[in-house]
Amino acid sequence: MKDYSQAPVLARRAVLKGAATAGVAGIGLATMGSFAFADADTKDWPEKAFKEKSEADALKDLYGKTAEPSDKIMLEAPEIAENGAVVPVSVTSSLPNVTAVAILVLDNPNTLVAAYKIPEGTEPSVANRLKMAKTSKVVAVVESGGKLYSASKEVKVTVGGCGG
Amino acid sequence: MASTIRVRAVANGDATEVQSLIQHPMDSGFIKDSKGELIPAHHIEVVTFEHGGKTVFTALWGPAVSKDPYVKFKFKGGKKGDELKVSWVDNKGKSDSLVAKIQ
Repeated sequence: MKDYSQAPVLARRAVLKGAATAGVAGIGLATMGSFAFADADTKDWPEKAFKEKSEADALKDLYGKTAEPSDKIMLEAPEIAENGAVVPVSVTSSLPNVTAVAILVLDNPNTLVAAYKIPEGTEPSVANRLKMAKTSKVVAVVESGGKLYSASKEVKVTVGGCGG
Repeated sequence: MASTIRVRAVANGDATEVQSLIQHPMDSGFIKDSKGELIPAHHIEVVTFEHGGKTVFTALWGPAVSKDPYVKFKFKGGKKGDELKVSWVDNKGKSDSLVAKIQ
């Protein structure tokens, strides 16, 4: 197990970092200035949607609409997940102009697991790993051309991944 | 400091495939510790991937994303040698970022 509390290493690192910062402060500032990137920001995080218990409420919070079934969404997930703590799920779609992909597990304590923003130029293809409390339907939702579409698959869970 | 982020971005034709692993406990808030007390939720909320000053992918994660999260996606326009910046922030305000080169 790696953890964050390697105190001696961190202390030494802090000293080194301090020295380096003092020595190349000018360069450091110049470099920072050249990064016009915005870092990840929690204000983008839709807290309410992640607390919803139902698919419909989560989707309404996220996108303000409901989804209709589509056969143009490919949801890959195992039939049986032996370990609910790590269930690999991937979503791809042949729908045009996809702007968002969301993954929900209907019988988890909170249904929404992950929501992805897909800007123009990024393909509607996402893979990730999620936790499942018990056997449940997994739902993939894709926003395409301003409309919501969904596909679902039942995944059997042998050992739950949410504790209790 | 060793980064919490590992990223591999490979350009193939006009698409770049990005795979990323982030070291994070992703505590769900539903698990009890050995004393029977709930471990509070501690999870990444937002991950962004930027290329050429443009965000190419944003992940919004809840506590049901697995520990040490993995994500894979593809975007167009990346070239070998280009920089890809990954950054994350969690619900306790902790954050990290990394700039990787596309291979």
